[in-house]
Amino acid sequence: MGRAEYLTGKLGGLVLGSCQTAGGVFLLLGDTIRSMFRYKIRWDQLLEQMYFIGIRSQVVVLTTGAFTGAVFAAQVWFQFKRFGMESAIGPTVSIAMCRELGPVLCCLLLAGRVGAAMAAELSSMKITEQVDALRALGVYPVEYLVVPRFLALVLSAPILTAMALVTGIGCGYFVAVKIFGVDGAYYWDNTVKFTDRKDVLIALIKALIFGVIIATIACHKGMNCPPGTAGVGKTTTEAVVNASITLLVVNFFLTVLLNALLYSN
Amino acid sequence: MLKLQGIEKKLGGQAVLRGVNLQVGQGERVVVIGRSGCGKSVMLRIIMGLLPSDAGVVIFEGTKLTGLSEEDWNPYRRKIGMLFQGAALFDSLSVFENLAFPLREAGEKNEKVLGEKVAEALKIVSLSGTERKMPAELSGGMKKRAALARAIIRKPDLMLYDEPTTGLDPIVADSINRLILHLGEILGMASIVVTHDMVSARMVGDRIAYLHEGKIYFEGTPEQVDRCEDPLVRDFVRGHAEGTGVTG
Ligand SMILES: Nc1ncnc2c1ncn2[C@@H]1O[C@H](COP(=O)(O)OP(=O)(O)O)[C@@H](O)[C@H]1O
Ligand SMILES: [Mg+2]
Repeated sequence: MGRAEYLTGKLGGLVLGSCQTAGGVFLLLGDTIRSMFRYKIRWDQLLEQMYFIGIRSQVVVLTTGAFTGAVFAAQVWFQFKRFGMESAIGPTVSIAMCRELGPVLCCLLLAGRVGAAMAAELSSMKITEQVDALRALGVYPVEYLVVPRFLALVLSAPILTAMALVTGIGCGYFVAVKIFGVDGAYYWDNTVKFTDRKDVLIALIKALIFGVIIATIACHKGMNCPPGTAGVGKTTTEAVVNASITLLVVNFFLTVLLNALLYSN
Repeated sequence: MLKLQGIEKKLGGQAVLRGVNLQVGQGERVVVIGRSGCGKSVMLRIIMGLLPSDAGVVIFEGTKLTGLSEEDWNPYRRKIGMLFQGAALFDSLSVFENLAFPLREAGEKNEKVLGEKVAEALKIVSLSGTERKMPAELSGGMKKRAALARAIIRKPDLMLYDEPTTGLDPIVADSINRLILHLGEILGMASIVVTHDMVSARMVGDRIAYLHEGKIYFEGTPEQVDRCEDPLVRDFVRGHAEGTGVTG
C-alpha cells in the first residue's frame, strides 16, 4: 500500500470514528432527555451530584471569576487610560465577563473538574462490571447514572457562572477603583447603565448549553470506556479535552447566533 | 425453563459462540465448563441480555427474550440473578445499600422490612453484621458472597454464576460451592454455573456441559463425564495440558 493510500485510509478512519462518536453523543443526549421524562427523577442521586458539582466547585469557580475580572480590569485600565476613557472600564469589564469570559472560563473549569470526575467514575464502574450489574438488576443505566449527573450539571452551570460573574465584576471594580483610583461612583453608574439584562441572559444561556455539552460528552466517554484500567485514564483525558474543545467551538457559533437573535432589531 | 437454541456470537472478528444449544429444567443445576476465553462469560451475558446474540434464541419460562429492547428485557432480568466474575458490588454503596438496592428497585420502601430481608440474605451467605461495611473493606471471598446475597435477595427463578470460585482459596471456594447447593435447595432455583474448576463442577452439577470451540461439545451427569473416553473431555477433566487432545 502506498503512503498516500495509507494516509487517506487513516484520515478516513479518523473522520468515520469522529462521526460515530458524535452520533453516539447525540443519541445519548436524546436518550437522557427521554429518560428524564419516562422515569421518576432520583432525587437522592440528583442532590448528591448537585452537592458535588454545585457546592464543591465553588472555590474553583469563584477564584476563576475573581481573578479573571481583576486581570481584565487591569488590562483595560492600562489601555483605556491612554485615551482618557477610564469611565468605559466598568461596562467593558462587565460586558466581557457576561458575554464571554464568565461562562467560557467557568465552564472550562467545570469540564476539568466535573467532566473528569464523571468520566472517571462512570468508566471505572463500567470496567468493574458495575454498569452491567445495574442492568442485570433491571435498572436502565442512563436513567440511574446519566440523568442525575446531567441534570445536576445543567442546573449548576448557570448558577456557578452567575456567581463567577458577580465576583468577577466585583473584583474588576476593586482593582480599577481601589488600586488604580478610578472614580468609583462613575465606574459603577456606567457599569449599570451599559450592562444590559440581555448580557446576563447570554451568560446564562451559554452556561446552560455548556453544561449539556460537558455532561453528555463526559458520560458518553465514561459509558463507552474500553476494558482495562488503562482505559480509565485515557477516557478521562479524552472526555476533558473533547468537552473543552467542543465548548470553545460551540461558543463561537453561540455568540453569533445569540447576537442575531437578541439584537436583531 | 431456560432454553438456548443455536446461539451464535462474533466478537472482535472472531466467532466466539457457534451455535450453542442448552436447556435448563426447573430447579436444575447445570455446570458449563470450558477453557478460559472459550466464551462462557459471553454466553451468560447473552442469557442476561447484556450482549445481543448474532443468531439463535433465548427462551425463558416460555417467553422468547431474544430481540427485546434493553428496557423490555428488565422485567425478565428481575427473575434471573447473576453473580459476576468480579462480584461487581456498587462500591459507592455500603453492603446494606447494595443488598437493599434490588428491593428498593422493586418498590420496597419500608426500612424495617428492608433491614430484615437484608439481614436474612446476609445470614444465608454467613456475612451477618457486615451491613455497614463498604465493599472496599471486604476480602475477595466476602465480596463474592455479598454479591451473591444481592443476586438472590429477590428470590430469582434462575441464578447465573460466572466463575464463582475462581481466585478464591480452596476453603472459601468450598463454602461458595456449598452455598450454591444450599440455595438451590432452600429457594428451589435453577442455576447455570460457569467454571473451569472441576472440583466445583462435580460438586454442584446435576449435569455438566463442556463448551468447546463455540459449541456444547459434550453433556452429561458428573459420572458420565468422568467415564467419558473422548480425549478432549478427558484432558480437560483431568487437567492435562490442553490443545493436543493426546494424553501423555
Ligand atoms: N467485548 C468484547 N470485545 C471483543 N472480544 C471479546 C469481548 N468480550 C469477550 N471477548 C472475547 O471473546 C472470547 C470469550 O470471552 P469470555 O466469554 O470472557 O471467556 P471465558 O470463557 O473465559 O469467560 C475471548 O476470546 C475474548 O477475548
Ligand atoms: Mg469469563
